[in-house]
Amino acid sequence: MLNYIWLTLIVIGISVAVWNDLSKPPDPSANTPLPTLNKVTNEGIVNSAKTAVTLAIGLIGIMALWLGIMKIAEQSGLIAILASILKPITTRLFPDVPADHPAMGAMIMNISANMLGLANAATPLGLKAMEELNKLNKKLGTATDAMCTFLVINTSNVQLIPATVIAIRAAAGSANPTEILGPAILATTVSTIVGVITVKLFAKLPVFKKQLEED
Amino acid sequence: METLVNAISIVSILAIPALVLFIVVYGTVKKVKIYEAFVEGAKEGFNVGVRIIPYLVAMLVAIGIFRAGGAMKILSLILSPITNLIGMSAEALPMALMRPLSGSGALGVMSEIIKTHGPDSLIGRMVAVMMGSGETTFYVLAIYFGSVSISKTRQAVPAGIVADIVGILMSVWIVNLIFG
Repeated sequence: MLNYIWLTLIVIGISVAVWNDLSKPPDPSANTPLPTLNKVTNEGIVNSAKTAVTLAIGLIGIMALWLGIMKIAEQSGLIAILASILKPITTRLFPDVPADHPAMGAMIMNISANMLGLANAATPLGLKAMEELNKLNKKLGTATDAMCTFLVINTSNVQLIPATVIAIRAAAGSANPTEILGPAILATTVSTIVGVITVKLFAKLPVFKKQLEED
Repeated sequence: METLVNAISIVSILAIPALVLFIVVYGTVKKVKIYEAFVEGAKEGFNVGVRIIPYLVAMLVAIGIFRAGGAMKILSLILSPITNLIGMSAEALPMALMRPLSGSGALGVMSEIIKTHGPDSLIGRMVAVMMGSGETTFYVLAIYFGSVSISKTRQAVPAGIVADIVGILMSVWIVNLIFG
Protein backbone atom coordinates (compact mmCIF):
# COMPACT_ATOMS: atom_id res chain seq x y z
CA MET A 1 0.00 0.00 0.00
CA LEU A 2 2.71 2.46 1.01
CA ASN A 3 4.58 1.58 -2.19
CA TYR A 4 1.65 2.80 -4.28
CA ILE A 5 1.02 5.89 -2.15
CA TRP A 6 4.71 6.81 -2.36
CA LEU A 7 4.80 6.32 -6.12
CA THR A 8 1.56 8.30 -6.59
CA LEU A 9 2.76 11.27 -4.54
CA ILE A 10 6.08 11.46 -6.40
CA VAL A 11 4.78 10.86 -9.95
CA ILE A 12 1.81 13.21 -9.63
CA GLY A 13 3.86 15.80 -7.75
CA ILE A 14 6.59 15.99 -10.41
CA SER A 15 4.17 15.72 -13.38
CA VAL A 16 2.06 18.59 -12.08
CA ALA A 17 5.19 20.67 -11.50
CA VAL A 18 6.35 20.08 -15.09
CA TRP A 19 2.90 20.93 -16.40
CA ASN A 20 2.77 24.09 -14.25
CA ASP A 21 6.10 25.26 -15.64
CA LEU A 22 5.33 24.46 -19.28
CA SER A 23 1.77 25.80 -19.34
CA LYS A 24 2.63 29.24 -18.01
CA PRO A 25 4.52 31.86 -19.98
CA PRO A 26 8.02 32.33 -18.56
CA ASP A 27 8.08 34.90 -15.77
CA PRO A 28 10.86 37.40 -16.49
CA SER A 29 11.10 38.38 -12.81
CA ALA A 30 11.88 34.79 -11.77
CA ASN A 31 15.59 34.08 -11.90
CA THR A 32 15.07 30.54 -13.13
CA PRO A 33 13.39 29.22 -16.30
CA LEU A 34 11.50 26.48 -14.39
CA PRO A 35 10.33 28.02 -11.08
CA THR A 36 7.98 25.21 -9.96
CA LEU A 37 10.47 22.42 -10.60
CA ASN A 38 13.09 24.49 -8.85
CA LYS A 39 10.76 24.75 -5.86
CA VAL A 40 10.17 21.00 -5.95
CA THR A 41 13.92 20.42 -5.80
CA ASN A 42 14.65 22.90 -3.04
CA GLU A 43 11.57 22.78 -0.84
CA GLY A 44 10.09 19.44 -1.78
CA ILE A 45 13.19 17.28 -1.87
CA VAL A 46 16.20 18.84 -0.18
CA ASN A 47 14.43 20.67 2.65
CA SER A 48 12.05 17.80 3.42
CA ALA A 49 14.95 15.39 3.80
CA LYS A 50 16.64 17.81 6.19
CA THR A 51 13.41 18.36 8.14
CA ALA A 52 12.98 14.61 8.56
CA VAL A 53 16.37 14.31 10.24
CA THR A 54 15.78 17.40 12.40
CA LEU A 55 12.49 15.93 13.58
CA ALA A 56 14.02 12.53 14.32
CA ILE A 57 17.02 13.98 16.16
CA GLY A 58 14.68 16.27 18.10
CA LEU A 59 12.84 13.20 19.32
CA ILE A 60 15.92 11.58 20.84
CA GLY A 61 16.03 13.57 24.08
CA ILE A 62 12.36 13.25 24.85
CA MET A 63 12.42 9.58 23.79
CA ALA A 64 15.26 8.91 26.22
CA LEU A 65 13.39 10.66 29.02
CA TRP A 66 10.14 8.72 28.60
CA LEU A 67 11.78 5.39 27.95
CA GLY A 68 13.72 5.91 31.19
CA ILE A 69 10.60 6.83 33.16
CA MET A 70 8.76 3.88 31.62
CA LYS A 71 11.54 1.53 32.73
CA ILE A 72 11.07 2.64 36.35
CA ALA A 73 7.30 2.23 36.04
CA GLU A 74 7.82 -1.22 34.55
CA GLN A 75 10.23 -2.46 37.21
CA SER A 76 8.06 -1.16 40.05
CA GLY A 77 5.05 -3.07 38.71
CA LEU A 78 3.09 0.10 37.96
CA ILE A 79 2.50 -0.72 34.29
CA ALA A 80 1.18 -4.17 35.21
CA ILE A 81 -1.31 -2.62 37.65
CA LEU A 82 -2.50 -0.13 35.04
CA ALA A 83 -2.84 -2.87 32.45
CA SER A 84 -4.93 -5.04 34.75
CA ILE A 85 -7.34 -2.18 35.53
CA LEU A 86 -8.11 -1.58 31.84
CA LYS A 87 -8.08 -5.26 30.97
CA PRO A 88 -11.79 -5.47 29.95
CA ILE A 89 -11.27 -2.87 27.19
CA THR A 90 -7.76 -3.70 26.04
CA THR A 91 -8.29 -7.45 25.69
CA ARG A 92 -11.19 -6.76 23.32
CA LEU A 93 -9.24 -4.22 21.28
CA PHE A 94 -6.07 -6.30 21.17
CA PRO A 95 -7.10 -9.97 21.51
CA ASP A 96 -3.69 -11.21 20.33
CA VAL A 97 -1.78 -9.43 23.09
CA PRO A 98 -1.65 -11.13 26.52
CA ALA A 99 -3.44 -8.93 29.09
CA ASP A 100 -0.36 -8.63 31.31
CA HIS A 101 2.11 -7.96 28.48
CA PRO A 102 4.16 -4.73 28.81
CA ALA A 103 2.78 -3.63 25.40
CA MET A 104 -0.65 -3.17 27.01
CA GLY A 105 0.69 -0.76 29.64
CA ALA A 106 2.60 1.26 27.05
CA MET A 107 -0.42 1.47 24.72
CA ILE A 108 -2.66 2.62 27.59
CA MET A 109 -0.15 5.31 28.59
CA ASN A 110 0.17 6.44 24.94
CA ILE A 111 -3.58 6.74 24.44
CA SER A 112 -3.98 8.62 27.75
CA ALA A 113 -1.21 11.06 26.79
CA ASN A 114 -2.85 11.57 23.39
CA MET A 115 -6.21 12.35 24.95
CA LEU A 116 -4.59 15.02 27.12
CA GLY A 117 -2.80 16.44 24.08
CA LEU A 118 0.67 15.66 25.49
CA ALA A 119 2.30 15.03 22.11
CA ASN A 120 5.79 15.08 23.64
CA ALA A 121 4.96 12.16 25.89
CA ALA A 122 2.56 10.36 23.55
CA THR A 123 5.05 9.68 20.73
CA PRO A 124 7.79 8.09 22.89
CA LEU A 125 5.21 5.98 24.74
CA GLY A 126 3.68 4.96 21.41
CA LEU A 127 7.06 3.93 20.01
CA LYS A 128 7.73 1.97 23.21
CA ALA A 129 4.38 0.22 22.68
CA MET A 130 5.38 -0.61 19.09
CA GLU A 131 8.65 -2.10 20.33
CA GLU A 132 6.78 -4.27 22.84
CA LEU A 133 4.20 -5.29 20.21
CA ASN A 134 7.05 -6.23 17.89
CA LYS A 135 8.28 -8.75 20.49
CA LEU A 136 5.03 -10.65 19.84
CA ASN A 137 5.52 -10.38 16.07
CA LYS A 138 6.20 -13.73 14.42
CA LYS A 139 6.99 -12.16 11.04
CA LEU A 140 9.36 -9.23 11.52
CA GLY A 141 8.93 -6.45 9.00
CA THR A 142 5.19 -7.14 8.67
CA ALA A 143 2.63 -5.40 10.88
CA THR A 144 0.53 -7.53 13.25
CA ASP A 145 -3.23 -7.02 13.71
CA ALA A 146 -2.60 -5.43 17.12
CA MET A 147 -0.11 -2.96 15.60
CA CYS A 148 -2.59 -1.94 12.90
CA THR A 149 -5.38 -1.40 15.45
CA PHE A 150 -3.05 0.62 17.68
CA LEU A 151 -1.90 2.72 14.70
CA VAL A 152 -5.46 3.52 13.63
CA ILE A 153 -6.32 4.67 17.17
CA ASN A 154 -3.29 6.95 16.98
CA THR A 155 -3.92 8.31 13.47
CA SER A 156 -7.58 9.06 14.13
CA ASN A 157 -6.64 11.46 16.94
CA VAL A 158 -8.26 11.04 20.36
CA GLN A 159 -7.21 14.46 21.66
CA LEU A 160 -9.78 16.13 23.93
CA ILE A 161 -8.51 19.72 23.74
CA PRO A 162 -7.00 20.96 20.47
CA ALA A 163 -5.08 23.71 22.27
CA THR A 164 -3.30 25.12 19.18
CA VAL A 165 -6.55 25.52 17.24
CA ILE A 166 -8.23 27.29 20.17
CA ALA A 167 -5.23 29.60 20.55
CA ILE A 168 -5.30 30.55 16.84
CA ARG A 169 -9.04 31.19 16.97
CA ALA A 170 -8.62 33.35 20.08
CA ALA A 171 -5.78 35.30 18.46
CA ALA A 172 -7.94 35.92 15.37
CA GLY A 173 -10.57 37.57 17.58
CA SER A 174 -13.20 34.81 17.80
CA ALA A 175 -16.19 35.61 20.03
CA ASN A 176 -16.02 32.13 21.51
CA PRO A 177 -12.78 30.31 20.64
CA THR A 178 -13.72 27.09 22.42
CA GLU A 179 -17.05 26.55 20.65
CA ILE A 180 -15.40 24.19 18.16
CA LEU A 181 -14.54 21.80 20.98
CA GLY A 182 -17.81 19.86 21.04
CA PRO A 183 -17.89 19.34 17.25
CA ALA A 184 -14.20 18.38 17.20
CA ILE A 185 -14.61 15.80 19.99
CA LEU A 186 -17.70 14.36 18.29
CA ALA A 187 -15.95 14.14 14.89
CA THR A 188 -12.83 12.51 16.34
CA THR A 189 -14.86 10.04 18.43
CA VAL A 190 -16.86 8.90 15.42
CA SER A 191 -13.73 8.65 13.24
CA THR A 192 -11.91 6.61 15.91
CA ILE A 193 -14.83 4.19 16.32
CA VAL A 194 -15.22 3.79 12.55
CA GLY A 195 -11.43 3.41 12.21
CA VAL A 196 -11.27 0.62 14.80
CA ILE A 197 -14.25 -1.22 13.25
CA THR A 198 -12.68 -0.84 9.78
CA VAL A 199 -9.24 -2.06 10.84
CA LYS A 200 -10.84 -5.11 12.52
CA LEU A 201 -12.93 -5.90 9.43
CA PHE A 202 -10.00 -5.38 7.05
CA ALA A 203 -7.92 -7.76 9.19
CA LYS A 204 -10.28 -10.55 8.10
CA LEU A 205 -9.74 -9.87 4.38
CA PRO A 206 -7.73 -12.65 2.69
CA VAL A 207 -5.31 -10.16 1.11
CA PHE A 208 -4.16 -8.89 4.52
CA LYS A 209 -4.46 -12.24 6.31
CA LYS A 210 -2.15 -13.88 3.80
CA GLN A 211 0.64 -11.41 4.58
CA LEU A 212 0.81 -12.69 8.18
CA GLU A 213 1.42 -16.29 7.18
CA GLU A 214 4.96 -17.57 6.99
CA ASP A 215 6.47 -17.58 3.53
CA MET B 1 -18.04 24.12 28.64
CA GLU B 2 -15.64 26.82 29.90
CA THR B 3 -15.09 25.06 33.24
CA LEU B 4 -14.58 21.73 31.51
CA VAL B 5 -11.96 23.29 29.23
CA ASN B 6 -10.21 24.87 32.19
CA ALA B 7 -10.27 21.62 34.14
CA ILE B 8 -8.79 19.68 31.23
CA SER B 9 -6.11 22.27 30.54
CA ILE B 10 -5.09 22.21 34.23
CA VAL B 11 -4.88 18.42 34.07
CA SER B 12 -2.73 18.70 30.91
CA ILE B 13 -0.29 21.03 32.63
CA LEU B 14 -0.11 18.98 35.83
CA ALA B 15 0.01 15.60 34.10
CA ILE B 16 3.70 15.40 33.25
CA PRO B 17 5.24 16.70 36.51
CA ALA B 18 2.74 14.65 38.53
CA LEU B 19 3.39 11.51 36.53
CA VAL B 20 7.18 11.81 36.77
CA LEU B 21 7.00 12.50 40.51
CA PHE B 22 4.60 9.63 41.14
CA ILE B 23 6.59 7.07 39.13
CA VAL B 24 9.88 8.03 40.77
CA VAL B 25 8.43 7.95 44.32
CA TYR B 26 6.49 4.75 43.69
CA GLY B 27 9.60 3.11 42.25
CA THR B 28 11.59 4.04 45.35
CA VAL B 29 8.88 2.65 47.63
CA LYS B 30 8.94 -0.59 45.62
CA LYS B 31 12.76 -0.67 46.05
CA VAL B 32 13.55 -0.17 42.37
CA LYS B 33 17.02 1.31 41.73
CA ILE B 34 15.41 4.24 39.99
CA TYR B 35 18.53 5.92 38.61
CA GLU B 36 19.89 2.71 37.11
CA ALA B 37 16.48 1.76 35.73
CA PHE B 38 16.06 5.20 34.16
CA VAL B 39 19.44 5.13 32.44
CA GLU B 40 18.89 1.58 31.22
CA GLY B 41 15.59 2.58 29.62
CA ALA B 42 16.83 5.91 28.30
CA LYS B 43 19.72 4.29 26.40
CA GLU B 44 17.22 3.06 23.82
CA GLY B 45 16.15 6.63 22.99
CA PHE B 46 19.01 7.27 20.62
CA ASN B 47 18.51 4.06 18.67
CA VAL B 48 14.81 4.71 18.17
CA GLY B 49 15.47 8.26 16.99
CA VAL B 50 18.02 7.09 14.45
CA ARG B 51 15.97 4.07 13.33
CA ILE B 52 13.03 6.22 12.19
CA ILE B 53 15.16 8.54 10.01
CA PRO B 54 14.94 6.58 6.70
CA TYR B 55 11.18 6.11 7.03
CA LEU B 56 10.63 9.75 7.88
CA VAL B 57 12.84 10.95 4.99
CA ALA B 58 10.92 8.74 2.55
CA MET B 59 7.55 10.02 3.73
CA LEU B 60 8.39 13.71 4.04
CA VAL B 61 10.19 13.91 0.68
CA ALA B 62 7.24 12.35 -1.20
CA ILE B 63 4.78 14.68 0.53
CA GLY B 64 7.16 17.60 -0.05
CA ILE B 65 7.31 16.93 -3.83
CA PHE B 66 3.52 16.65 -3.96
CA ARG B 67 3.03 19.96 -2.14
CA ALA B 68 5.78 22.01 -3.80
CA GLY B 69 4.72 21.05 -7.33
CA GLY B 70 1.22 22.42 -6.82
CA ALA B 71 -0.54 19.03 -7.05
CA MET B 72 -2.79 19.96 -4.14
CA LYS B 73 -4.49 22.65 -6.27
CA ILE B 74 -5.17 20.23 -9.14
CA LEU B 75 -6.57 17.63 -6.74
CA SER B 76 -8.86 20.25 -5.17
CA LEU B 77 -10.11 21.18 -8.64
CA ILE B 78 -10.87 17.55 -9.53
CA LEU B 79 -12.63 16.83 -6.24
CA SER B 80 -14.63 20.06 -6.03
CA PRO B 81 -17.87 18.70 -7.64
CA ILE B 82 -18.01 16.02 -4.94
CA THR B 83 -17.28 18.35 -2.05
CA ASN B 84 -19.96 20.79 -3.16
CA LEU B 85 -22.49 17.97 -2.86
CA ILE B 86 -21.66 17.30 0.80
CA GLY B 87 -21.73 20.95 1.85
CA MET B 88 -17.99 21.59 1.95
CA SER B 89 -16.85 24.81 0.32
CA ALA B 90 -14.06 24.59 -2.25
CA GLU B 91 -11.73 26.59 -0.02
CA ALA B 92 -11.99 24.03 2.80
CA LEU B 93 -10.91 21.19 0.52
CA PRO B 94 -7.13 21.88 0.61
CA MET B 95 -7.42 21.66 4.42
CA ALA B 96 -9.10 18.26 4.21
CA LEU B 97 -6.38 17.01 1.84
CA MET B 98 -3.50 18.53 3.80
CA ARG B 99 -4.54 17.35 7.28
CA PRO B 100 -3.31 13.72 7.01
CA LEU B 101 -0.16 14.68 5.06
CA SER B 102 1.48 17.53 6.93
CA GLY B 103 0.85 18.99 10.38
CA SER B 104 2.60 22.30 9.69
CA GLY B 105 1.03 22.51 6.22
CA ALA B 106 -2.47 22.00 7.62
CA LEU B 107 -1.82 24.58 10.34
CA GLY B 108 -0.78 27.05 7.63
CA VAL B 109 -3.89 26.40 5.53
CA MET B 110 -6.12 26.74 8.60
CA SER B 111 -4.50 30.00 9.75
CA GLU B 112 -4.80 31.44 6.24
CA ILE B 113 -8.53 30.60 5.96
CA ILE B 114 -9.24 31.95 9.46
CA LYS B 115 -7.37 35.15 8.60
CA THR B 116 -9.24 35.61 5.31
CA HIS B 117 -12.76 34.64 6.37
CA GLY B 118 -12.68 35.30 10.12
CA PRO B 119 -12.64 32.73 12.94
CA ASP B 120 -16.43 32.74 13.38
CA SER B 121 -17.33 32.26 9.69
CA LEU B 122 -18.75 28.87 8.70
CA ILE B 123 -15.60 27.93 6.78
CA GLY B 124 -13.39 29.23 9.61
CA ARG B 125 -15.16 26.96 12.07
CA MET B 126 -15.09 24.06 9.63
CA VAL B 127 -11.32 24.10 9.14
CA ALA B 128 -10.81 24.54 12.91
CA VAL B 129 -12.86 21.41 13.59
CA MET B 130 -10.95 19.52 10.86
CA MET B 131 -7.65 20.58 12.43
CA GLY B 132 -8.80 19.65 15.95
CA SER B 133 -10.30 16.31 15.06
CA GLY B 134 -7.71 15.09 12.56
CA GLU B 135 -4.17 13.81 12.83
CA THR B 136 -1.07 13.78 10.60
CA THR B 137 -1.76 10.17 9.62
CA PHE B 138 1.23 9.65 7.33
CA TYR B 139 3.73 11.06 9.82
CA VAL B 140 2.41 8.76 12.55
CA LEU B 141 2.52 5.78 10.17
CA ALA B 142 6.10 6.55 9.15
CA ILE B 143 7.57 6.92 12.63
CA TYR B 144 5.56 4.23 14.45
CA PHE B 145 6.18 1.54 11.85
CA GLY B 146 9.66 2.89 11.14
CA SER B 147 10.69 2.51 14.78
CA VAL B 148 10.26 -1.28 14.49
CA SER B 149 11.43 -1.47 10.85
CA ILE B 150 8.05 -2.49 9.46
CA SER B 151 7.44 -1.84 5.77
CA LYS B 152 4.49 -4.20 5.18
CA THR B 153 1.79 -2.17 6.91
CA ARG B 154 -1.22 -4.35 5.94
CA GLN B 155 -4.64 -2.95 6.88
CA ALA B 156 -3.28 0.01 8.87
CA VAL B 157 -3.04 2.41 5.89
CA PRO B 158 -6.48 1.74 4.29
CA ALA B 159 -8.21 1.77 7.70
CA GLY B 160 -6.36 4.94 8.68
CA ILE B 161 -7.50 6.63 5.45
CA VAL B 162 -11.10 5.51 6.06
CA ALA B 163 -10.93 7.03 9.56
CA ASP B 164 -9.53 10.28 8.07
CA ILE B 165 -12.33 10.52 5.51
CA VAL B 166 -14.96 9.83 8.17
CA GLY B 167 -13.40 12.50 10.40
CA ILE B 168 -13.56 15.08 7.57
CA LEU B 169 -17.13 14.17 6.62
CA MET B 170 -18.21 14.34 10.28
CA SER B 171 -16.52 17.75 10.67
CA VAL B 172 -18.39 19.13 7.64
CA TRP B 173 -21.71 17.62 8.72
CA ILE B 174 -21.55 18.72 12.37
CA VAL B 175 -20.39 22.26 11.58
CA ASN B 176 -23.15 22.70 8.99
CA LEU B 177 -25.67 21.29 11.45
CA ILE B 178 -24.69 23.47 14.42
CA PHE B 179 -23.46 26.67 12.80
CA GLY B 180 -24.96 26.51 9.31
